[in-house]
Amino acid sequence: MKKFGKVLSVLTAAAMVAGTMAAPVAAEDTFKIGSSGPLTGPAAVYGNAVMNAIQIAVDEVNEAGGVNGANFEFNPQDDEHDAEKAVNAYNTLKDWGMQMFLGTVTSAPCIAVEAEAANDNIFLLTPSGSAVDCITGGDNAFRVCFSDPSQGTASAQYIGNNGIGEKVAVIYDSSDVYSSGIYGTFQAEAANQPFEIVAAEAFTADSKSDFSVQLQKAKDAEADLVFMPIYYNEAALILQQADQMGYAPTWFGVDGMDGILSLEGFDTSLAEGLMLLTPFSADADDELTKNFVAKYEEKHGEVPNQFAADAYDGVYAIKAALEQSGATPDMDASEICDLLKVGMTEITIDGVTGVGMTWSADGEPSKEPKAVVIENGAYKGM
Amino acid sequence: MSFLSYLINGISLGSVYAIIALGYTMVYGIAKMLNFAHGDVIMVGGYAAITMMMSLNANPFVAVLVAIVVCTVLGIVIEAVAYRPLRNAASPLAVLITAIGVSYLLQNVVLLIFGSSPKSFQSVVPVPDLKLADGALTITGETMVTILSSMVIMIVLTLFINKTKAGQAMLAVAEDKGAAQLMGININGTIALTFAIGSGLAAIAGVLLCSAYPSLSPYTGAMPGIKAFVAAVFGGIGSVPGAMIGGILLGIIEILGKAYISSQLADAIVFAVLIVVLLVKPTGLLGKQIQEKV
Repeated sequence: MKKFGKVLSVLTAAAMVAGTMAAPVAAEDTFKIGSSGPLTGPAAVYGNAVMNAIQIAVDEVNEAGGVNGANFEFNPQDDEHDAEKAVNAYNTLKDWGMQMFLGTVTSAPCIAVEAEAANDNIFLLTPSGSAVDCITGGDNAFRVCFSDPSQGTASAQYIGNNGIGEKVAVIYDSSDVYSSGIYGTFQAEAANQPFEIVAAEAFTADSKSDFSVQLQKAKDAEADLVFMPIYYNEAALILQQADQMGYAPTWFGVDGMDGILSLEGFDTSLAEGLMLLTPFSADADDELTKNFVAKYEEKHGEVPNQFAADAYDGVYAIKAALEQSGATPDMDASEICDLLKVGMTEITIDGVTGVGMTWSADGEPSKEPKAVVIENGAYKGM
Repeated sequence: MSFLSYLINGISLGSVYAIIALGYTMVYGIAKMLNFAHGDVIMVGGYAAITMMMSLNANPFVAVLVAIVVCTVLGIVIEAVAYRPLRNAASPLAVLITAIGVSYLLQNVVLLIFGSSPKSFQSVVPVPDLKLADGALTITGETMVTILSSMVIMIVLTLFINKTKAGQAMLAVAEDKGAAQLMGININGTIALTFAIGSGLAAIAGVLLCSAYPSLSPYTGAMPGIKAFVAAVFGGIGSVPGAMIGGILLGIIEILGKAYISSQLADAIVFAVLIVVLLVKPTGLLGKQIQEKV
């Protein structure tokens, strides 16, 4: 019964794809993009966002005349955020004739799939796998989102370039690899920037309710900006305690801060003026973002999140790289992969998660991150 | 000036440890068992209060009363179901392990009901913050209320134990269960009463903990529970004033250690101090009073 369900879902997905194409074309005339992500289970929100956004971008490309005269054909698979199921999904897609893989959505399955894809020499572009190891399996793998540690570098550059702080204090969780990783790269990049780190205070998972000392030290060091590469829960406590002691620097966070406004019971006025670095802000007023958000809202009735934005840009990155390298749909996956490996490093694209995005041969993107600031209890692009 | 500010912060953190340690030491003093689920009863108290306030829009005072009732009932049930049948088990380890089991059970049940996302607790303390020296020093209303509550609880507990019949029965049970039973004392009733009081105190501690550090998740009680246990041992477990002093000292040591040695080593310092104290004075700071047992 379960198997039947899967077959059915594949058929439905295929039918959806076929149904959305303007004119059905023979299989060898299309570029076949496969993807897998959690479409069911606890992480389903991310997988569905990515698949919805890929579909929107694929439709746009096809309506605008396709790539090198050929259309995209898209096949989404469910991996339930499970490494084993992701490899199965990947094999299913290979049988289907996939030429490029735009996945996976989450980090752990991505690491497993990348091992296979590197062996098969199939091009892999993960929209949102942020763990470093997602793309270290071979030279066939690229990503759209920032890697975890690169957020530190990007934050330091943003603060330096925009002169929003001169004396910076950092409060980070030394027992968490995400937080201490970002702090490490932030500190390294800070040496090249015009600001100075005057205090770097840690806390650990076992004592994360009292931040009075860390705040007092930041205050005594006269820090005018506090960088918090941590999750929003601890950040909320820090904001409350700083308010009690009358300390009001500029607050600066990274993507872990996303969610602070929806924390139940939190007085959002405390987060007023908080800046956070996120690659995507749904209320940015450039044409690309407005178009994408409007289409997504119309089709799916909700505002697209960062995952959706990364996936949307992923389709356009593949399109640009295919055009750059002159690939044609009759090539096999390995030939296309060899072309795209080079093509990806030669393109520059403007997307919803950054302007002037480029890729290095190791697969990491380089883009200007966008900062948002919290104003009147909502994100506002800066 | 910053030293004074650290000291004040240490006292406010310590006052939270103290109020949790009171419940720990009370149960240990009478029932001679370490109730490792105490920290989680505190967390349940926090959830009871936040549910009353956020979902049912109850007055904070009513919410605290409901939390006390919920925790008291919970304490009695835990004692009757999980601890009483094991009280005469061959090894005292049995009940200790059960307590750890109850602790995980409570965490996971709350996780199931309320989910893992943390909630921000609105302070129930109506007292404004006290600003000294032109605002350079702040004593929060929560700190004042917590210290005051700890003192009141300490005095009332001491009076209750020494002046009332039920309190005398507790002392007798603590001294010698067999002899107390022969004297006509209802042991089960007395120990149940001890758990009821200890858990009621946990509810108050929970509300004050969440008011001072307003983040509530199913694991909120675990670490403060362990620190409060350390505080109780530090002050001499079984001694009510010892718990109070141990709690406040522990808070001050933790904050000063963070401030002047390393913010990463705070917990290591706290536990190192505990080891030193126990080496020098194995019964804890007020250990001598242990004969008078609560």
